[in-house]
Amino acid sequence: MSTAAAERPVWNRVGLRIGAFGAMAILLGASILFAVGAGRFSIDVPRIGEILFAAVMNPDAPLEQMDERIVLLVRLPRVLLAALSGAALAVGGAALQGVFRNPLVSPQVLGISQGAAFGGALAILFGYAGLVLLGMAFVLGLAALVLVGLLSRIDGRTEVITVILAGMIVGALFAALVSIVQFIADPNTSLPAIVYWLMGSFSTATWPRLWLAVPGMGLGLLTVWLLRYRLNLLALEEQEARSLGVNPDRERWYVFIAISLMTGTSVAVAGIIGWIGLVVPHAARILVGEDHRALIPACALLGAAYLTFIDTLARTMTAAEIPLGVLTALIGAPVFAYLLRRHFTEANRA
Amino acid sequence: MIGLENASVSFGSRTLFSGVSFTVSVGRSMAILGPNGRGKTTLLRALLGFQPLAKGSRQAPRVAGYVPQHGASQAKLTGLEVVIMGRAARLGLFGQPSAEDRAAAEQALVEVGACHLAELRYDRMSGGQRQMILIARALATGSPTLVFDEPTSALDLGNQARTLQLLNALRLRRDKAILFTTHDPNHALAAADDVLMMMPGGREIHGPVAEMIDPDKLSELYGVAMSWVGVSGPTGETRRAIVPAFSGIEAVA
Repeated sequence: MSTAAAERPVWNRVGLRIGAFGAMAILLGASILFAVGAGRFSIDVPRIGEILFAAVMNPDAPLEQMDERIVLLVRLPRVLLAALSGAALAVGGAALQGVFRNPLVSPQVLGISQGAAFGGALAILFGYAGLVLLGMAFVLGLAALVLVGLLSRIDGRTEVITVILAGMIVGALFAALVSIVQFIADPNTSLPAIVYWLMGSFSTATWPRLWLAVPGMGLGLLTVWLLRYRLNLLALEEQEARSLGVNPDRERWYVFIAISLMTGTSVAVAGIIGWIGLVVPHAARILVGEDHRALIPACALLGAAYLTFIDTLARTMTAAEIPLGVLTALIGAPVFAYLLRRHFTEANRA
Repeated sequence: MIGLENASVSFGSRTLFSGVSFTVSVGRSMAILGPNGRGKTTLLRALLGFQPLAKGSRQAPRVAGYVPQHGASQAKLTGLEVVIMGRAARLGLFGQPSAEDRAAAEQALVEVGACHLAELRYDRMSGGQRQMILIARALATGSPTLVFDEPTSALDLGNQARTLQLLNALRLRRDKAILFTTHDPNHALAAADDVLMMMPGGREIHGPVAEMIDPDKLSELYGVAMSWVGVSGPTGETRRAIVPAFSGIEAVA
């Protein structure tokens, strides 16, 4: 009797979890279909299926129809890039929050995005694009994170408030450096390129750009996913983790490098898109809890669905595109404010 | 086996202790007594390798079965999940706990008598319940040693009694080297074979409980007069406990 009573809640939890992941997968599928179909030239779902099926069966056939070209050359790479970036940014945020033991940190709050932006702007200034731009965005994003880590570590302890303040300082420093680059950039060539790129948009998405983003984001996502149980251990107090045989000082860096890789790549291909790494993990925690083994895949699915949807809104709400950063901030800022208040109310009561 | 050999720790110019040597072998249990600020916690940290030694050496397994005072306090995980973390050293960097790790964790919960906590959320547990989970986690590491940092400090008397009973049961199994710090000499009587006293003035002495728990030594240790009293146990037997004569306690005419 006691075993049956003890097993039932576990069964319910497994069922709930399968249900939650099923719902998230359906949400992502719906979001992608909506994104491919919606726009100035609206295409219905059966026709999308037909086009995709034909393209898979016969990839070399010339694209004669207007809607075929829109789906396969314009919208599909854009939608997939948005989905991949959304997954990477959300997973990066969740991993960062685990390692810092704090739900308020994100690549943007910690200045990683600004560091990556400086790297990218510098690359454009010197006339580089593609892989060089991506590499510089990664390296300087990582440099920003290292700076924040060093600034906020006092006597071997890292306090939440010090991390956020150090992130602001480093973010401001790199934002200033971006301004310097813009100031000295050629107003006819590199300046517009930098400004346009930094605003954050998937409007320039093409298949080659998607392929450029896949290795960095894929490697970052894979690394964090492989480390998903380690993240539970890294979320413990440092000495406690060490006493269990974990080496937090070293293992944390594997997470940091993966996050910088994902953030740097996303900044390189789509500019700074803020708030995803904050809003999505928060929603995912409500749905599946704090265990990173469930949280990381949930963030990947939800992040992909969320950014695909937001990008579609940015593209279709008005005749001209609304910058993506504006929309994500409009939703993200209130969520951050709410999290901040709840965090310190809980801290006061504890 | 766990211990220190001629170990010294200093913070800047201030020396907390120097030339401390002791070992706890498998099958023995040692209590560490000492006044506040004398360095009990630092001694444990030094033993576990969290605090660099200015001099001397330490001997401890890589995973020492450490039971912190407040562990995993933010973890919104079930009791069982927290216990499974004790298996971390056996998992690779990319490893996931297996059914075997889960079984070991469940076994550890059985050993501490806390199976009913397996599915409860750790962050919603009471101090006494968390203590049991952390002890089970230390057992789940499979380490030949157990190191407790003031295992009873935040507990009421009932929970102290339960924790001491568990400590004593672990001692009587004689298959681990056990070390714990405490403020109450009666805890040493209840669950230790040996006592290490960190006396005022930078002197450390150690020996078997029967020699060390002594009114004179304890009066010197804490600066409070101590004496033996007889206490009736639940079945009518009389047990010896040692209590302080706090000056506010009214004198008997």
